[in-house]
Amino acid sequence: MIATGSSPIVIDMQGVTRRFGATIALNNICLSVPRGCVFGLVGVNGSGKTTLIKHVLGLLRTETGSVRVFERDPVADPVNVLSRIGYLSEENDLPAWMTVAELIRYTRAFYPGWRDDYAEELRQSFGLEAGARIGTLSKGQQARAGLLVALAYRPELLVLDEPSSGLDPLVRRDILGAIVRIIADEGRTVLFSSHLLDEMERVADYVAMIDKGRIVLSAAMNDIQASHRRLTLRFEQARSQPPALAGALAWEGAGHEWTAVCHGPIDEVRAAVSASGARIVEEHGVGLDAVFVARMSRPSAMAQAE
Amino acid sequence: MQIHLTHQDRVPTYLQIVNQVKYLVASGRLKAGEELPPIRALAEQLVINPNTVARAYRELETAGVVAKRSTTGTYVSDAGSPLARRERLKLLTERIDALLVEARQLNVGTDEIIDLLRQRDKSL
Repeated sequence: MIATGSSPIVIDMQGVTRRFGATIALNNICLSVPRGCVFGLVGVNGSGKTTLIKHVLGLLRTETGSVRVFERDPVADPVNVLSRIGYLSEENDLPAWMTVAELIRYTRAFYPGWRDDYAEELRQSFGLEAGARIGTLSKGQQARAGLLVALAYRPELLVLDEPSSGLDPLVRRDILGAIVRIIADEGRTVLFSSHLLDEMERVADYVAMIDKGRIVLSAAMNDIQASHRRLTLRFEQARSQPPALAGALAWEGAGHEWTAVCHGPIDEVRAAVSASGARIVEEHGVGLDAVFVARMSRPSAMAQAE
Repeated sequence: MQIHLTHQDRVPTYLQIVNQVKYLVASGRLKAGEELPPIRALAEQLVINPNTVARAYRELETAGVVAKRSTTGTYVSDAGSPLARRERLKLLTERIDALLVEARQLNVGTDEIIDLLRQRDKSL
């Protein structure tokens, strides 16, 4: 769990911008993923998460900026980069005509570090029949088969693109369990995208929130939780408009009482509240979901805060 | 050692572990010298990041609730009893604070609360 190995940075993206026609899919992305951490990408569908991941895997050539994975360019040197990455995506396109055993034999040929004992252990714990055809498996079992072949060579970097999307809670637990086990092996790193924020909260060390191709918040999970609070303020005079308060991300309320998720050192927020003539009547910590909603729904308020 | 995580009260996960281990020690369900599960085992059991468990164990070590013995594992400290009393009082203090805040909002004075506590104590 402590960073080990040659470079402390596994993925380094600097100023990456990507256009598809008139659409800006990625807008000046800067991202550093340290070795040995779980790095989460959150954003609504179409925010740019998958495009970002495709740059990491070298499936998209960088137009502007630079991408380095294990200090190499994944487009110029795919063999040395991809052999160290395990990848599972939402549209888990395994060959439907193969059996589970054939899929294992086929995949192991690509990876010198393949571990037969580990593959067999995963196959049994996932309840996958060796002779079953991939195409006849349920969506959940297909996801488990995809996870098996992504894990069995013990990759240094595991990349998961919306792995839990549309899957039942038991498969999601297997996927999260795999993330936990991989990160417990020192020096291994996980990059995963999800819109299931409670899962993200359980396993991520760092989180980047992406909105319309831009990173709007990138921080350690502990810092995100420590620096955001939900405050309810009471004003002596009823207000028709929310107050202007430094650090407030999104207001809800009417009349005397207004509630906002606030960002920043709590002493500064408290001082700003008393300067505005209000008093705090409720104060709570917030989860990642509340931070996400506050950050995404009011981009203008967010720009004010920073 | 049974830890139960909840997402309802928005207490950070590492702090939920810290509080529950303290509670288990204070209530005698974890005894002095007993070994806590290894970080990796607890992380897999709760399906959370091992770094979160490590952080909770570090906090517990700083608070003197547990001690690391060389590299073998993490054990409940021997100097458990005075701490246990302090932790017991701390748990109650949090409940009392919540009671006082609610009483203030309902316009019930502290003397009335104390009378009410005595009445309830007799009737238990």
